[in-house]
Amino acid sequence: MSKVLVVTSGKGGVGKTTTSAAISSGLAMAGKKTVVIDFDVGLRNLDLIMGVERRVVYDIVNVIQGEAGLNQALIRHKEVDNLYVLPASQTKDKDALTEEGVGKVLNDLREEGFDYIVCDSPAGIERGAQLAMYYADEAIVVSNPEISSVRDSDRMLGILASKSRRAKDGETSIKEHLLITRYAPDRVGTGEMLSVEDMLEILAVPLLGVIPESHAVLQASNAGRPVILDENTDAGQAYSDAVARLMGEERPMRFIEADKKSFLGRLFGRG
Amino acid sequence: MGLLDIFRNRSQDPSAKMAKERLQILIAHERGQGQFRAPHYLPEMQKEILEVIRKYVHVEDDAVKFEVEHNEQFELFELNITLPEKGEGNERSD
Repeated sequence: MSKVLVVTSGKGGVGKTTTSAAISSGLAMAGKKTVVIDFDVGLRNLDLIMGVERRVVYDIVNVIQGEAGLNQALIRHKEVDNLYVLPASQTKDKDALTEEGVGKVLNDLREEGFDYIVCDSPAGIERGAQLAMYYADEAIVVSNPEISSVRDSDRMLGILASKSRRAKDGETSIKEHLLITRYAPDRVGTGEMLSVEDMLEILAVPLLGVIPESHAVLQASNAGRPVILDENTDAGQAYSDAVARLMGEERPMRFIEADKKSFLGRLFGRG
Repeated sequence: MGLLDIFRNRSQDPSAKMAKERLQILIAHERGQGQFRAPHYLPEMQKEILEVIRKYVHVEDDAVKFEVEHNEQFELFELNITLPEKGEGNERSD
């Protein structure tokens, strides 16, 4: 049985694509046949973060419009087995995505035997975002410890609960997960950043993971290599934990306590 | 700048606290305007309730309807089960 996961947030720039890349890679590394789909028609970026931008020939809109077969559009990741990328169109109108079209692509992917179908949502709550979450079984809501991001996450949770296919068909609702990104424990310690507890209290969604603010994320994007592949980095490890939890494993949260040494760092202005 | 920051942070009301309070008020308000969403444990609870019912009566998935209503003062959880017609032999004898 395939599982459809949507990575969403409402707000832009919080780390949806970074998360989609990392989570899909992690699932594939765990032996699950995984595809990650970019729903940001007109502003695609997943191909860059996954490092496959030079191998894009066809995209999801070509598949929906019958100009290419699914297998022509799927890009197999060179470094990670079991991992495929379905890019968004860069040139087509964003109305090219339709509910029926997306439904058919997802069904075809199910028939291809994919265990996980990860949908990377665009920012906002327009068509692309609504279609990315429409067929989801589970949702990862990405949120920064920042006031506008938390508000948008709550808004997105409301939309997931009311406008998805599961909500409309009266099925059990989408399983929701909160993933906090760009977390800076030392700033939480000084009271200038919302804490994990604050965010859980406000959003009341089970916590999938906390990804610390990390140099590794920018380096990974620069290199086009999902950050989870950098097993020695804090962000990479935090994503590995989140993937394990997604598959039902229990793991303690790491990287949520301030580094003890950072007090001295702050004292000398290097906090 | 480092040293000063520490004292400033300690003496001021931490800004994260303000952020939390503002968010709580705002979100309570926005959820009140048709933004209400069911508690996250609901799917699990629905599944378990259905399992309990099925211990005694055989019901199809579409014979069970769950609804959550949200009023200003309270939340109402409504569960409707259409039992199978008599004589269908669905009652468990064990």
